Amino acid sequence: MAFPSPRPARPELPRQRVQTLQCGQGAVRAARFNADGNYCLTCGSDKTLKLWNPHKGTALRTYQGHGYEVLDAAGSFDNSQICSGGADKAVALWDVTTGQVVRKYRGHAGKVNCVQFNQESTVIVSGSIDSTVRCWDCRSRRPDPVQLLDEAKDGISSVKLSAHEILTGSVDGRVRRYDLRAGQLCSDYIGTPITSVCFSKDGQCVLAASLDSTLRLLDKDTGELLGEYTGHTSTTYRLDCVLNEQDTHVGCASEDGHVYFWDLLEGSLALSLPVGQGVVQSLAFHPRLSCLLVATQGQVTLWREDSFQPGGGDPDT
Amino acid sequence: MAAAESSDSEEEDLVSYGSALQPLQEGERIKKPVPLQEQTVKDAKGRYQRFHGAFTGGFSAGYFNTVGTKEGWTPSAFVSSRQKRADRTTLGPEDFMDEEDLSEFGIAPKDITTTDDFASKAKDRIKEKARQIAGVIAPIPGTTAFDDLIGPSKITVGVELLRKMGWKEGQGIGPRVKRKPCRQKPDPTVKIYGCALPPGLSEGSEDEEDEYQPENVTFAPKDVMPVDLTPKENVHGLGYKGLDPSQALFGASGREHLNLFTGGSEETSNLLGDLRHSKGRKLGITGQAFGVGALEEEDDDIYATDTLSKYDTVLKDEEPGDGLYGWTAPKQYKSKKRPERDFKYIGKVLAGFSLASKSSAPVKIYPPPSLPRNYRPFHYFRPVLVAGNENCHLQKALQESTGKLESGPAHQSRHALNAAQRREQLGETELKGPAPSILEYLCEKDRERLKEVKQASEQQMKAKMESQQAANSRLQSASPEDAALKWRTLLEGQLADAGSSDFKPFAKNPEKQKRYENFVKSLKQGEKVETLERFLDPNMTEWERGREQEEFCRAAMFYRSSNSTLSSRFTRAKYEDDVDKVEVPRDQENDIDDKETAVKMKMFGKLTRDTFEWHPDKLLCKRFNVRDPYPDSSVVGLPKVKRDKYSVFNFLTVPEPTTSVTQATTKKIQESNSVNKPKKSSRWDVSDKEKEKKDSISEFISLARSKAENQQQPPVPATEQCGTGTTESLPTVVADEDKNREEESGRPPMDLFKAIFVSSSDEKSSSSEEESDEEQQPTTSERQSETTKQVDMPDSSSSNLQGTVTATTDPGISSLPASKRELDATEEFGPKLPPAFSSGTTWQQQTVVPATFPGPSRKEKHRKIRERHKTKKERKRKKEKKNKPN
Repeated sequence: MAFPSPRPARPELPRQRVQTLQCGQGAVRAARFNADGNYCLTCGSDKTLKLWNPHKGTALRTYQGHGYEVLDAAGSFDNSQICSGGADKAVALWDVTTGQVVRKYRGHAGKVNCVQFNQESTVIVSGSIDSTVRCWDCRSRRPDPVQLLDEAKDGISSVKLSAHEILTGSVDGRVRRYDLRAGQLCSDYIGTPITSVCFSKDGQCVLAASLDSTLRLLDKDTGELLGEYTGHTSTTYRLDCVLNEQDTHVGCASEDGHVYFWDLLEGSLALSLPVGQGVVQSLAFHPRLSCLLVATQGQVTLWREDSFQPGGGDPDT
Repeated sequence: MAAAESSDSEEEDLVSYGSALQPLQEGERIKKPVPLQEQTVKDAKGRYQRFHGAFTGGFSAGYFNTVGTKEGWTPSAFVSSRQKRADRTTLGPEDFMDEEDLSEFGIAPKDITTTDDFASKAKDRIKEKARQIAGVIAPIPGTTAFDDLIGPSKITVGVELLRKMGWKEGQGIGPRVKRKPCRQKPDPTVKIYGCALPPGLSEGSEDEEDEYQPENVTFAPKDVMPVDLTPKENVHGLGYKGLDPSQALFGASGREHLNLFTGGSEETSNLLGDLRHSKGRKLGITGQAFGVGALEEEDDDIYATDTLSKYDTVLKDEEPGDGLYGWTAPKQYKSKKRPERDFKYIGKVLAGFSLASKSSAPVKIYPPPSLPRNYRPFHYFRPVLVAGNENCHLQKALQESTGKLESGPAHQSRHALNAAQRREQLGETELKGPAPSILEYLCEKDRERLKEVKQASEQQMKAKMESQQAANSRLQSASPEDAALKWRTLLEGQLADAGSSDFKPFAKNPEKQKRYENFVKSLKQGEKVETLERFLDPNMTEWERGREQEEFCRAAMFYRSSNSTLSSRFTRAKYEDDVDKVEVPRDQENDIDDKETAVKMKMFGKLTRDTFEWHPDKLLCKRFNVRDPYPDSSVVGLPKVKRDKYSVFNFLTVPEPTTSVTQATTKKIQESNSVNKPKKSSRWDVSDKEKEKKDSISEFISLARSKAENQQQPPVPATEQCGTGTTESLPTVVADEDKNREEESGRPPMDLFKAIFVSSSDEKSSSSEEESDEEQQPTTSERQSETTKQVDMPDSSSSNLQGTVTATTDPGISSLPASKRELDATEEFGPKLPPAFSSGTTWQQQTVVPATFPGPSRKEKHRKIRERHKTKKERKRKKEKKNKPN
C-alpha cells in the first residue's frame, strides 16, 4: 500500500516584507540574486556595487571601481566572480573575495545596460545602449569581444542567457534570440521598446516587458503569443520582469510603486504588492524559493510568502 | 735436395734454397713424425707453455693466468716512508710482468734491437731525394753522405732471405735470363713497318748495346717498378691532374724560396729541376680551357690546329723539363701588366690603316618618353551609346536608376520583361509561392477594410500629386527623369549657398571634383541646371553625363554649408576602403509595416518572426560547450554579401509611403512625403544607413502624429505647437520640411542641442532668476507624483532626446493614443533609468564614502537641470490643459 504522494503545495507569492536593506549607495539601479539565491548584489548610482546577505540583512562587501553608476551585475555560478556593467561604458569582472577588479572590458560606445554570465562563467555577455551585444571572454586576456552582435537597431535593454541561447531585448521593439546550437537568429517583432526579457524556467517561453505597459509571453520556438499581461504602468523606465520559481506567475515592476503578479496561464492579476512610493527600479526572484527582491529608490526589500517565519534563520528551509 | 745435387752434375743453372738436412746414416730409420696432439711447447725455462683461450691460441701470463706465483701476489714488505722517503720506489708495469715478457720476443724486450726506423728498406726515391736536398742545404754540405756509409744493421726478413738467395739490390727477382744476340741492334736496312717502338722500351737496352755480350752469360732480370694500383675514383680524363695551385699560381712565394737558394751551388737547380722553369713565368691562370684572355697579346693560338703530335701517346712517369705533367693548359704564355688599350691597338693596326687622331662623335641616345605619373598601361573602351541602341540591359539599368520603370511596352524586348509580365502575356496563372505580403494571411474582412483604407489614401495622394503637378508645370512630364527633374527644381531654389569650398565629395577624382566645383559655382550664380551641362565631361556618354549631373545635384543638396562645420570634425580615412563595393547583410529585417499590423492584431508568430542564419564565433561555441553549427564556415554573425554600390543604389529604392497602415493622412503630411521621396531614392541617402532608418522612423512618427491630431479635436494649435517643438529639437524628424527648410539650412546644428537647456516656451523667455526661484521651492509633492528627469550627460544628444520625449509623455498628454507614445519612445536611446531618488531623505541620511560621491558642484548642476526640466514640463502641461477644452 503506497502512500499517495504529497500534493504539491500551491505556490505562494511573496506578500510579506521580511528585510529592508538601506543600501546607502544612491539609487539602486539593480538588485540581483546570486546563482543559489543566498546572496544578492545591489548596483548603486554612486558607482559602487554591494554584496549582501539579504536574508540576514547584512552587508558583506562593497566593490568600488566603476567610473559611473553601476547599472547591472551578475554573479558567477561558483560565487567567485562578479561581473558588472555601468554607465562608464565598461564591463568589469570582480573577484568576490578580494574585491578587486580582475578585468575591465572596454569597447561599448554607450552605457552598459545589462550583463550576464554564461553557465560556466567563462563568457560575459553585455548589452549596451550603443545597440550592440558583446560577448567577452573571461578566460583569455584579449581586449576585444569574442563576438559582437550588432543586429539591433537601437539600444539593448536586457540580455538573458540560457545554456545555448542569448536572448536580447532591444529598444527597436524586437526580441532577438541567438541560438548557438542551431546557428540561428530569431527576431520577434513586438513593436514597442522592450525593457526586459527573460526565459521561463523550463526554457520554452520568453517573457518580454515593453514600454506599452504590457508583458508578453511568447513561445520560444514559434514566436506565438501565449499570454499578455497588463495592469501595471511601464511607459518610461527600464523595469524588470520576472517569473516566479515555479513558472506559475509572472511579475513585473511598475512605475506606480507596486509590483504586479499575474497568473501565467489565466493572465489574471494575482497580486499587486505595494512596495514603495517611487518607481520600482529593479526586481529579482529567488531561483528556488518564493522570495522576491525589490529595489525602490535607495533601498532594497526582501519579500517572502505569508507562511514564512522570519525567525527561521536558514533561508533554505 | 738429392734431385738438386743430381741435377747439379748435369746442369749448373739450378738454384738451391735453404740449408740441407743431415744425410741419413746407413740403417737408420726414418723417425716417425710426432702426432699433433703430442706436440708440446715449452717456454724458455722448460715449463710447458699452456695454450688456452680462444682456440687455445691465447696469451698466457702469470701463474696459470692468475698471478705471478703459486702463492699469489707476494706482498712487498712495508717500508716506513719516514725513513726512506727519498728512495721510495715507484712500481712500473715491469714489476708485474713475467720474465719472459722482458726477453727478446716478449712484449717489453729489454735487449737492444733495431727498430723499424733504422732497418734498411727498399730505397724510397722521394725520401732519398729529400735527404739529398737536405744534405746540400745543410750547413755542412754532404754530411748526409755518411748516413749511407753507416748502414742500418737490420734489414727486413724478406730482404735478408733474398740476399741469401743471391739477390742484390737493383736486380729483379726471378731466374736469371740470357740475353739474345738478335735483340742487339736492328738492321738499318730493314724497314720497320707499323708503329715505332716507344723510346722507353728501347731505353733499357741502350747501354747494353755497346757492351760485348758473351754467349753463356746470364743476367738477372730487370727490376720492375711496382705498378701503381690506386683505383681511379674520379671522372676526369685519364692522366688528368687538376689545377695544382702551387704550380698554377707559382708566384711570389715560390720565387722567394728560389731566391734563397740562388747563392747555393749549381746542384740546387739540378735537384730542384721541377721548379727551375718557373723562374721566368708570371702570375696568372692561363690555358686553352680558359680561352684567351682579353689582355693577352698572342691570341693566334686560338685557331691553332690540333695535331696528334701534341698529345702524349705514352704514359710517362715524368714529363721532361716542363714540370707541368698532366697540365692541360697551353705551355707557352705570357701574362702582361695591364697595358693601355691604345698601345695594344697600335700594335695590331693593319697595314694601310692608321689610328684616328680624334675619337668619333659619341652616338646620341634618345631616352624613352617619360610617362605621366598616373599612367596605367591599359586601354579601355568607353561605352558609346548610340541613340536607339537596343541594349536592353543598359536601358533597364537606366530605368531602375531613375527609380521608375518606363511604362511604354512598345519597344520592350523579350528580355526586358520580368516574370510577371511574361506570365501575363502568356496567360498563365500566378504561382502559389510564399505570400509576398501580410495581406495574404489576413482574413477576408480585414483585407477588405485595408483595401478601403488604402484606396482612400491613394486617392488623396493622387489628388495631392495632381495639384502639385499643376502648380509645377515642369513636373508634368512623366518621363523617367521625373525624379531628377524634381531634384533640379528643388535645387535651383535652395542651392544658392551649396557646395562650400571645404567640402569635397569627389576628392578622390580631382577632375570630377573640379567639374563639381564649377557646377556648384555657376549654380550659385543662379544658372539653370539644364544649362550647366557644359561643365560636365564632354568625353562621357549621354547617360554618364546625366548620371553625373544628378550626382552633383545631390551632392550639392546634401552637403550644405551647415555640414561644413561638421566635416571639419572629421578627418580623411587613412586607408582607402573598397570604393565600389559595400558590405550588406544578406538578410534584413524588413517590412515593419506588415509586422506592425500583425502586432496590432496580436498575430504573433510567423508574421512577426524573422529567422536568419547566424554564425556564432568558434570560441563562443567552445565557451558555451556547444558544437559549432557551421564548422566549415568562416563567417561570424549574419552572413554578408558584397554588393556593388551602384546596385545598392538600384535595389534600395524608396519605400512607398505606408499607405496600408495610414488611417487618415492629412494633406500636409502627404506633401512632406512627396518632398521626401526623391531624397530617399538618392544614392547618398542609401549609402548612409542611419539616414535611411531615421527617415522611416520619421515617417512613422509623422503618420502617428497626424493620427493623433485627427483624434484630438483641436487640430491647428496643437499641431502648431507640436510641430515647432519637434523641429527645434529633432531636425531629422521634421514633419513639414517644406516650411522650415530655409531656417534650418541657416541654423547651426548645435542650436538644436542647446535648445533643451534654454526654456523652449515662446511666450516666456525665462530668466535665470526665475528659474532659481522655482528651484528653491520644495516641490516634493510634485516629485512624487510625476516622474523626475534624470539627465546623465548634459551635452549629449541622448539627454536632449530624453528631455523632449518626456515632455511628450507627460501625464498631461496621456490622452494621446498609445501609438503615438510608442513611436515617440522609439526616438530615444532606450528606456530611461528611474529617478535617482524621489524622497531624498532615505539615502541622504546615510553616511556615504566621500571619495566615491560626486562633488557637490556637480550634483548641484544636475539638480538644476532636473529642476529646469520639471518646470518646463509643468508649463507644457499647463498649456496642454489650456488647449484641451478647446
